Amino acid sequence: MSSKNPVRRAPRYVAEVDEGGLGAVDAVRVSERKSNLWLDAWRDLRSRWLFWVTSVLILFIIFVALFPGVFTNEPPNDNCQLSVSNAGPSPGHPLGFTKLGCDIFSRIVHGTGTSLSVGIIVTVMVAVMGIVLGAFAGYFGGWLDSFLMRIGDIFFAIPYILAAVVIMSMFLHDRNIWVISLAIGFFSWPATARILRSEVLRVKQLDYVMASEAIGLTKLRTMFTHVMPNSLAPVIVISTVGLAGAIVAEATLSFLGVGLPNNLFMSWGNDISAAQTSLRTAPQTLIYPSIALSLTVLAFILLGELVRDALDPRTRASR
Amino acid sequence: MSALPLLEVKDLEVAFKTADGIVSAVRGVSFDVYPGETLAIVGESGSGKSTTAHAIIDLLPGSGTVTGGQVLFGGRDLTKLRSTEMEDIRGRLIGLVPQDPMQSLNPVWSIGFQVEEAIRANGVATGKREVRKQALKVLKEAGLEDADRRLKQFPHQFSGGMRQRVLISIGLSAHPQLLIADEPTSALDVTVQRRILDHLESLTESSGTAVIFITHDLGLAAERAENLVVMHRGKIVESGPALDILQDPQHPYTQRLVAAAPSLASKRIQAAVKADKPLETAEVGGEGAGFDLATVAERTAASAGESTPVIEFREATKVFKIRTGGLTSVAFTAVDHASFQVAKGSTLALVGESGSGKSTAAKMLLGLESITSGSILVNGQDVSTMNRRDLLALRRQMQPVFQDPYGSLDPLHNIGNTIAEPLRVHHAGDVASRKARVLEVLDQVALPQSVLTRYPSELSGGQRQRVAIARALALKPEIVVLDEAVSALDVLVQAQVLNLLAELQAELSLTYLFITHDLAVVRVIADYVCVMEKGRIVEQSTVDEVFANPREDYTRELLDAIPGAHIRLGT
Amino acid sequence: MFWYIVRRILQGIPVFFGSTLIIFAMVFAMPGNPVLRMFGERTPNPAQVAALEAMYHLDQPFFVRYFLYLGDVVQGNLGYTFAGQSVNEILARTFPTTLRLALLAVIIQLGIGVTVGLISGLRKGSVFDGTALVISLLLISMPVFVLGFVMQWFFGIQLGIFRPTVGAGAPWADLILPAIVLAALNMAYVIRLTRASVLETAQQDFVRMAYGKGLTRRRVIPVHILRNSLIPVTTNLAADFGILIVGATVTEGIFNVPGVGNELFKAINRHDTPEIVSIVTILVIVYVLVNLFIDLLYGVLDPRIRYVK
Repeated sequence: MSSKNPVRRAPRYVAEVDEGGLGAVDAVRVSERKSNLWLDAWRDLRSRWLFWVTSVLILFIIFVALFPGVFTNEPPNDNCQLSVSNAGPSPGHPLGFTKLGCDIFSRIVHGTGTSLSVGIIVTVMVAVMGIVLGAFAGYFGGWLDSFLMRIGDIFFAIPYILAAVVIMSMFLHDRNIWVISLAIGFFSWPATARILRSEVLRVKQLDYVMASEAIGLTKLRTMFTHVMPNSLAPVIVISTVGLAGAIVAEATLSFLGVGLPNNLFMSWGNDISAAQTSLRTAPQTLIYPSIALSLTVLAFILLGELVRDALDPRTRASR
Repeated sequence: MSALPLLEVKDLEVAFKTADGIVSAVRGVSFDVYPGETLAIVGESGSGKSTTAHAIIDLLPGSGTVTGGQVLFGGRDLTKLRSTEMEDIRGRLIGLVPQDPMQSLNPVWSIGFQVEEAIRANGVATGKREVRKQALKVLKEAGLEDADRRLKQFPHQFSGGMRQRVLISIGLSAHPQLLIADEPTSALDVTVQRRILDHLESLTESSGTAVIFITHDLGLAAERAENLVVMHRGKIVESGPALDILQDPQHPYTQRLVAAAPSLASKRIQAAVKADKPLETAEVGGEGAGFDLATVAERTAASAGESTPVIEFREATKVFKIRTGGLTSVAFTAVDHASFQVAKGSTLALVGESGSGKSTAAKMLLGLESITSGSILVNGQDVSTMNRRDLLALRRQMQPVFQDPYGSLDPLHNIGNTIAEPLRVHHAGDVASRKARVLEVLDQVALPQSVLTRYPSELSGGQRQRVAIARALALKPEIVVLDEAVSALDVLVQAQVLNLLAELQAELSLTYLFITHDLAVVRVIADYVCVMEKGRIVEQSTVDEVFANPREDYTRELLDAIPGAHIRLGT
Repeated sequence: MFWYIVRRILQGIPVFFGSTLIIFAMVFAMPGNPVLRMFGERTPNPAQVAALEAMYHLDQPFFVRYFLYLGDVVQGNLGYTFAGQSVNEILARTFPTTLRLALLAVIIQLGIGVTVGLISGLRKGSVFDGTALVISLLLISMPVFVLGFVMQWFFGIQLGIFRPTVGAGAPWADLILPAIVLAALNMAYVIRLTRASVLETAQQDFVRMAYGKGLTRRRVIPVHILRNSLIPVTTNLAADFGILIVGATVTEGIFNVPGVGNELFKAINRHDTPEIVSIVTILVIVYVLVNLFIDLLYGVLDPRIRYVK
């Protein structure tokens, strides 16, 4: 008991009872709309104009990649004439010509598929490897965790473009989309695995995981029904951003000269690299493929950022 | 006693800007604090009590702003001051002891640095040596032994109680006229809480510092403060002398709060099978209300019977290997030769402070932790030697409810699927019968069918715990293991869930193993109690016996530490 | 701290061997004679083939080969290019320039990145913040060679402020433009990371407590908010450095900076695989060492890490 002196006796005050009364303790009030992480995120995305702009842009890019013929009849490679080397725009050739006299617009349109394919193949590959390895390492822990994470450290210690440079140097004759995707993807999974692992470690110690095992689910089933779905949000974000990263990596390798062969594949990186020598005389050879590349990368990075914000309740609440 | 109040809060209004518009958190709050007195603000979470305190010293989080009213401190209106003038007041004239000791010290700076920083900022001392000397002095005053040595250490090397002592020494370092203590001990064990509050009280008393004490615990408030302010939904519902309010609550909300507070005076809930009023609509006015824990008749423990125990711990021991710096590991005995029995249809409470091993014991029983030595029998079968199939069969009989209402349900599964999960796992019945069973248990925990397709984030903490209980009941188990199942709930909701548990037990003759740190709760829910300390069971007996005649010093200390234990609440 | 250092160094050992082994294995994983493969379309000169076969110890089993090769690398014997130049000499000549370029880039990246990120975080939603976010997003979306060309074209050719390519001896003034290009991507990441980190730290209880104990804003911001926000920025430096290595190859190629990256760039263009492998191996070793250093720095910054026994 308090024995402070002197004791002031505060005046007694009792509030009026509200008209509605107190109501029942802990009454269930469900709102009109259902709500969980994904529903809330979707609702948040839906309400942002930037999301729609980005989505339309990405759908457009995919459409161009699938149906280049809709946009141009000009073959990107076979109709090049040195007589129009570095020439400006002319009817039917809205963006002018490259140094070798190829139609820039057509090359950009046909290059979309290459970039996108590499991006998607690498992303799927990295996501699958990262998710499987990260989830097992995080959920089962122990020596498996130590082992997988040390392997991850080793792969992480090699900047993936450097590794891809070496791989591509060894494949001088048989470079194709699959080889370059493998070269990029094989060394970029550890980041995804680490993120998923730390997320799994966080989810793993939540009570519902313990409850699920106590109910009688096996460890494996608990992992698939409860742990994984609750750990995937950051992986989706990093995969979207990673898709952009893979497109940049492909272009960088092509730029360096260890990318896809120039005569068989359209690659924006190749064209930008080739434009280097005409920088002073014909900047259009550089500018247009650069814009195409940057815009594509921007679209995926923006999507990733928007999804990240939508999935994070804190940023959602503060808007 | 001075005739003028030190602090006058007049019609204070605070609002937050959120995605759904402006939400007012404090609505027209007025109270006075006189020099040297202690005023407690009591309320449940979301009542606006902490917001009020933060508004006084202009530290509202995020988008919070004072939208009306005055805060007069020594005649100056604090809400009108510029931020630099406010910096001058904070620390020097009004000290703060924050809520969460674990998060309130910067992890990258040493303790000494953080104390000295406060002393220097408020001009208490200047010069390196003087500041150091002053820091040692306040730390020692706050009861931190060997402060000299600990000055160089970092917060993560301190226990919660010691961190709170550091924060108290910071809060009082500049001898403020007013100290705002925002739930200073809610994260700590009861015995630590008691020691720290005793210490804080003697410090503020000797220096004549006035204190605003924010708490959710009515007993604690009455024990520590002369005057009370009770807040509900941003408004003051009742204020006045502490004892008057507790013994004669006038406002229906205060009456409800006083009735729901478990205390030593409470008795075991005697649940009438089939309550007259469904829980959902129980409108509590005061006496004889649906969950007035203090007035329910005593239940005879004898009815639990002396039959064969459903659960039996025989010298059960759990040793963890804890890896230290290099390659060595140290053995840590979490549960040390624990033996006890739980009779069918009764409740055994395992009580202890953090680190006592009570949760580990529960996990061993549930088969979530292996047993190092000894054995645990359920209906005569040894859990540790079971194969997978037997374990699965056992789990049908024994279901858990865990502590954290925000973590015990998978946020991505809807309520219907969550409750049906054990039925699916154990292949109980077909789709239709499962659905019927889900509806049945939902009704037993008094939740409407409309929640079936909803997700956990749409429910309150108490409702989630009711869902967790429904999930546990789905398979019609004999045993329910409740690991701190009501600890995180506000007092009214806690009383509601405890009442529900008692009803279900009577109705379905369930056996409960009830893990808790809160002896007051034990009083109302359990028949037998085992007190655990550092892995060992130091005392076990019937609840009445332990509460009336505690044999061990530790048990006595725990009982004494229950806030408000000696105050008779209103009847 | 001692045990922390010991443990980090011990953990670095498998990474060192593992990563060099992988690079080595990639060269020898392909079917056929790797030395002949390295020549690509070139007609090998028997003396070169013999020299390479000796350098890679082709007569030995794989693991023996690896350790012999690694021994050579550690002793500073990095072999020869197709043209017969010693890779050691090339590296010795070019490394200092790259180091200067990287130093400039890191200063720009951290100096501007942290400052802008801090102001952005403290003034969330302001015009400054919005501009910083948009610019950083654009920088992230622009591959380094695109940015390099654009900057070279705009500042070098159109405006003529900087020389479009680096002159002999690589004077500091000439390195500024390439350093900005090299730093841009990381700077954008640092801005975003610092901003996010400042926003999060500012909401922590200990920051409120710091104000509560009477500290001024001028003290709380550097001592409590910025100091703690630097921890994630530091941990991310390792990834930044990986970007820096790759970026240096591209940037030095574009601006013709006489550095290691430019050598690698030229070697790739010449299809000089032995030189590529040697330079990449050295870069990976440098990367592993830098990572180790950053980890130790992290321990200095965060006592929670340092004192875990």
